[in-house]
Amino acid sequence: MELLCPAGSRPAVKAALKAGADAIYVGLRGDTNARHFAGLNFDAEGLAEVAALVHRQGRRLHVAINTFAHPCDYAVWQRAVDDAVKAGTDVLILADMAVLAYAAERYPSVERHLSVQASATNAAAVEFYQKTYGVTRVILPRVLSLKQVSALAHTVSAELEVFAFGSLCIMAEGRCYLSSYMTGESPNNSGACSPAPFVRWQEQEGVLEARLNGYLIDRFEPQENAGYPTLCKGRFEVDGEPFHALEEPTSLNTLSLLPALQRDGIKAVKIEGRQRSPAYVAQITRVWRAAIDQLLDNPEGYNVSGAWNAQLARLSEGAQTTLGAYHRSWR
Amino acid sequence: MFAKVKDSMSHIKLSVGPILYYWPAEYVREFYHRVAGSPADIVYLGETVCPKRRELDLPDYLQLAHQLREAGKEVVLSTMTLLESPADLRMLRRYCDNGEFTIEANDIGAVGLLREQGLPFTVGAAINCYNAQTLHQLVQFGMTRWLVPVELSREWLQQLLSQPEVADIRSAFAVELFAFGHLPLAWSARCFTARSENRAKDECDLCCIKYPDGRPVYSQERDKLFTLNGIQTQSGQRYNLIDDLPSMAGLIDAVRLSPQAQETPNWIYEFHAARSSNTYRSREPDDSNGYWHRLAGIKTLSV
Repeated sequence: MELLCPAGSRPAVKAALKAGADAIYVGLRGDTNARHFAGLNFDAEGLAEVAALVHRQGRRLHVAINTFAHPCDYAVWQRAVDDAVKAGTDVLILADMAVLAYAAERYPSVERHLSVQASATNAAAVEFYQKTYGVTRVILPRVLSLKQVSALAHTVSAELEVFAFGSLCIMAEGRCYLSSYMTGESPNNSGACSPAPFVRWQEQEGVLEARLNGYLIDRFEPQENAGYPTLCKGRFEVDGEPFHALEEPTSLNTLSLLPALQRDGIKAVKIEGRQRSPAYVAQITRVWRAAIDQLLDNPEGYNVSGAWNAQLARLSEGAQTTLGAYHRSWR
Repeated sequence: MFAKVKDSMSHIKLSVGPILYYWPAEYVREFYHRVAGSPADIVYLGETVCPKRRELDLPDYLQLAHQLREAGKEVVLSTMTLLESPADLRMLRRYCDNGEFTIEANDIGAVGLLREQGLPFTVGAAINCYNAQTLHQLVQFGMTRWLVPVELSREWLQQLLSQPEVADIRSAFAVELFAFGHLPLAWSARCFTARSENRAKDECDLCCIKYPDGRPVYSQERDKLFTLNGIQTQSGQRYNLIDDLPSMAGLIDAVRLSPQAQETPNWIYEFHAARSSNTYRSREPDDSNGYWHRLAGIKTLSV
């Protein structure tokens, strides 16, 4: 089982390698990837350096080019693929059918993984991408339950990768337009959800208001932990009652599911968070490295250590974690 | 020039999208009875949101399909958007195997099945087609009608359709635009309607049936932001492009009206009047049209 860790900068790459990641995934500057944030990601030259760094340690580099090409800028997405291949990436993580076709034709020998943004949730979809573009691995959306992941693992021949830890998308990724409804920009059309330039913080008599493009997403009392106003995690009113109508600010944590994922032959577990600091990446990676090593060493004796969970909880949104859709009760 | 726009507008077909909410069977039948007598050209039938909603089954939809076809409508069977379980796929296959009516594919898995069967199909708005190269592939796979992703603007669409890849295939498919109703914006594993009633999804008791227009979600400042419709989240505002029809001339072949619990048949007549350049009822103050004008979807631009 491969531990795949995020990096948005060179220090984060180094931190992940040192903490024991088997593979690192990164993005290129610009809107060809779904973490298009200021100061994050790599240019072509930086990417080549990172590839060399990763390969020197015998690990693998994945490059996410997982947004959808704009109609007049298809060449930008083609160039991103060219740059990634030239830099020496081992894997391309792709979502757009146009970019998948380009990569498959131009660079057939470079491994192609289907991004979560392509939203393949069922065997027919997985087989479509396998047959049409030769993808060897599919990253599953976070909407599937463990039972569904398991059923899929037993049906399809493609490798499967699941999200193990980090921010939780509650909507099927790649099919959520909530962000563009409120701001005009979405992961699909701009590479970011609830983009930072639209966020405003205002303090009113001790109450902190978080707004997105002017709309009130949440109000925090002084004793509350104020989180980033991702729009699906706000407190809204249904029938006059304010609550987290869509989702609480929590992080996904699947440490306890690791043996089941291993039994189902899940090929890789992915840590979310290319936008996070090197320190965050290092701490999370260390916990997951220890967990996977313990599991591989002694599957029967696997036991989620309290220290691991405590450490992860400290790094989690709202200091809370959840099994998300993997556990039916969440649904 | 103006005459040309008028002529081209009158060629825009009116389609009635699948009912996105959960309505009692008799309500559904009554609705389609009215649609049958309306100026709608195309009618999409089927459950696209939640597999637990079984007021009507495939045989019931086929019966409605025959009635609507006899009334002169083109009928398309719409399929589920979020396909998760083997049972969902078996249901999808039953729809694809109906042998009579074409299918609207709302998941790429459906595109795969239909391509294998060599059947023509409509591609729904939740399939990610953002550029000419993707569109070209979909046409090769058998797409004959394309419902544009809801977040695309007129400008994006125009740029896309004017790419050289599209020129020689433009006659092979029709372009349809979501033009009326609450916009479907997201699909989840979680059922938000059940959650709003403090129920678990597994014990939802099919409570969606109590909300024929979904449940509105407001900000704490009373801005209407979203609409909960089971596992689907929709726009809070109703989308309405009736005043924007002239800007679609030459670009759009069909506009879709998504059934709302009230007044939709009346709005079919209004859209018909608008495309025929007769007097029609304008957009209402709360209706939005932002996406079409490259704004946030929630916004409204006066035209």
